Amino acid sequence: MAEIVRIDAEGMHYTPLNQAIRAAVAAGAAEITIDHVMGQRFIADGLRGSVEITINGVPGGDLGMFMSGPTCIVHGNCEHAPGNTMDAGKIIIHGSAGDAVAHSMRGGIIFVRDDVGYRAGIHMKQYEEKRPVLVIGGSARAFLGEYMAGGLILILGRKAAAPQLDRGLGSGIHGGKIIVRGNVDEKHLGVGAKKRELSHEERGEITPLIEEFSHHFGLDPLQFRDERYYVIAPASARPFAGKYTWEV
Amino acid sequence: MSIGSVPLRYRISVDHDQCMLCERCIESCPYGVFRKEGERIHVNSRVCVACHRCIAMCPRDAITLKERPVDYRSHPLWTPGVREAIYNQARSGKIILSGMGNALDYPVIFDRLVLDACQVTNPSIDPLREPMELRTYLGKKPSRLKFRERSGDTVLETTLSPNLMLETPIMIGHMSYGAISLNAQQSLARAVTRCGTFMGTGEGGLHESLYPYQDHMIVQVASGRFGVDINYLERGAAIEIKIGQGAKPGIGGHLPGEKVCADVSCTRMIPEGSDAISPAPHHDIYSIEDLKQLVRSLKEATEWKKPVFVKIAAVHNSAAIVAGIARSSADAVVIDGFRGGTGAAPRVFRDHVGIPIEAAIASVDAKLRSQGIRNEVSLIASGGIRESADIAKAIALGADAVYIGTAALVAMGCRVCGTCYKGLCPWGIATQRPDLVARLDPDTASANVANLIDAWTLELAELMGAAGINSIESLRGNRDRLRGYLLDERIMQVLDVKSVGA
Repeated sequence: MAEIVRIDAEGMHYTPLNQAIRAAVAAGAAEITIDHVMGQRFIADGLRGSVEITINGVPGGDLGMFMSGPTCIVHGNCEHAPGNTMDAGKIIIHGSAGDAVAHSMRGGIIFVRDDVGYRAGIHMKQYEEKRPVLVIGGSARAFLGEYMAGGLILILGRKAAAPQLDRGLGSGIHGGKIIVRGNVDEKHLGVGAKKRELSHEERGEITPLIEEFSHHFGLDPLQFRDERYYVIAPASARPFAGKYTWEV
Repeated sequence: MSIGSVPLRYRISVDHDQCMLCERCIESCPYGVFRKEGERIHVNSRVCVACHRCIAMCPRDAITLKERPVDYRSHPLWTPGVREAIYNQARSGKIILSGMGNALDYPVIFDRLVLDACQVTNPSIDPLREPMELRTYLGKKPSRLKFRERSGDTVLETTLSPNLMLETPIMIGHMSYGAISLNAQQSLARAVTRCGTFMGTGEGGLHESLYPYQDHMIVQVASGRFGVDINYLERGAAIEIKIGQGAKPGIGGHLPGEKVCADVSCTRMIPEGSDAISPAPHHDIYSIEDLKQLVRSLKEATEWKKPVFVKIAAVHNSAAIVAGIARSSADAVVIDGFRGGTGAAPRVFRDHVGIPIEAAIASVDAKLRSQGIRNEVSLIASGGIRESADIAKAIALGADAVYIGTAALVAMGCRVCGTCYKGLCPWGIATQRPDLVARLDPDTASANVANLIDAWTLELAELMGAAGINSIESLRGNRDRLRGYLLDERIMQVLDVKSVGA
């Protein structure tokens, strides 16, 4: 089989589509291009390896769920929860994505050029070398980074001075951090989240992410360089510890 | 201190004539009840939890335990438990966490149901000489089979869904590594492997020492998604989505950081010492349609090779909820009754939220049959199954199989002291402290658990034989083999059973 495989997904159900992807990967494909994607869910669900999948169209929910290694480049918007419980690999979205982007993500990186819906980065977690990263180019709706237990969310709000945020930011966060370009209104902070200035080390940490983000979407990284950033971090690693007492 | 100390819950006393000062009680008790001063064992009864480890280890039967040695003024409404909960909350202002299952004295429906036996008009069957079929298949059953003739052969055209094959309708429910020790999980895993049945991993990942038993393990995906990756999903014999549990319906779970040791951290894939918080809902499930999407995402990830179960707590509208789940591509539904155990649950939930498994399973089975979709899912009953009679009754009320939890722990020594949340289980079960875990020998404990499953399986075969039934399928949903004894008429309607004598 050729190193580069093309699949026409028009009118195709997601199961045969995933079977075609798995067959191509098993045959040694390094790149797969899928055309006419129109809402097929679960693309690359549980897929391993290092294949690069280009998706032309709008994939349905749970793109790259449980994915462990591959790269998905989406030329279009995404439905909800791309990168759900993703383990390793990369998702690059040339557009916006729906709710619960990167839900419970454990590793790998997601770049969203534009906006995301509610509860993005909810319950992301990290363990040893696995540290998931979500970079959002635009704005996010409420409960960004809710229950966050690890990893990093970087939100750039590239079309304005700062991203438009909503309430419940980092609500219940007990690990990891959210880095926001521009100011963060205190009224948007969720329970258990606190705001602080970006440290020098953290600026060094986001620089390569900004460069890669800009590279993927043909943007000038300089526009993000000397900006002011804030960090939303856990006020405590044990947000619920004070709620309970033992029976005896 | 205006409230003062509450009376002792337990009084430990040592018969000094019997005591030989071997100090096994001191070694046994991680709570520090015993100490030796001079040539005498002294006790501090206040820290006793009634785990009975000292009593079990004392070679002279010199230790006695008395519950509530101090009387309150008796009152049917203001029980000691109610009064002490108020003292606790008046001091702390917090939610009370407690262990094990529902501790209120609700009537047990199982104990108001009696089983049938043959006399004269139809013969009973002797399991000693007649084959008794207890093998159980869990998963979707096709509503019809389509065949096709091909060059003289008959070929099955219908695609069959994957099913789990159980040699007995008894499985062990989900108790995670973290909630219980690795030795406890290993003991259970070896027991189910020996008995040809299955156990759940709980939401704690799958430790690599359990990989040899993975074909008998059902891996759980809960709202925290701890330990979940594609390797984990592929290792399991089946995958179970946990929506809720009977001990605490409607709320999430919370493994405190103190219990997240290096090994627990590794299987859950979270940093050592961090709180493992399982939120109340799954963040990708807000409707039956979303549940269908999670079910299908798991099937798609594992190439439709594994059954996917969905576990819910038994609540008021279980029947309608399960009718929805049965249309989600799920292969089995676990219904966990309000007596289900747990390591820690808010007392108010443990004691007051949810409904009995007997009513839930009967109403769910009836609802699915009325809609013609009973074949779409198998039903697993759990929460408070104490003996083989409960299993026979649950199956007669419509279950395909049961999960046991507390009973399997009791088979390993658990005394149901309900103090799991302290992490000091002297039986090596609900603890991660290495010296305590080492007390549980998986060779012995797995044999004990397997013995229990074998014994109950034998009893089930006897009960079936006595009723003239030689296959578990003929018992399933067979309410004619049950009669209600002093149950009210409305409950009997829900259960769809007649009264004794009717």
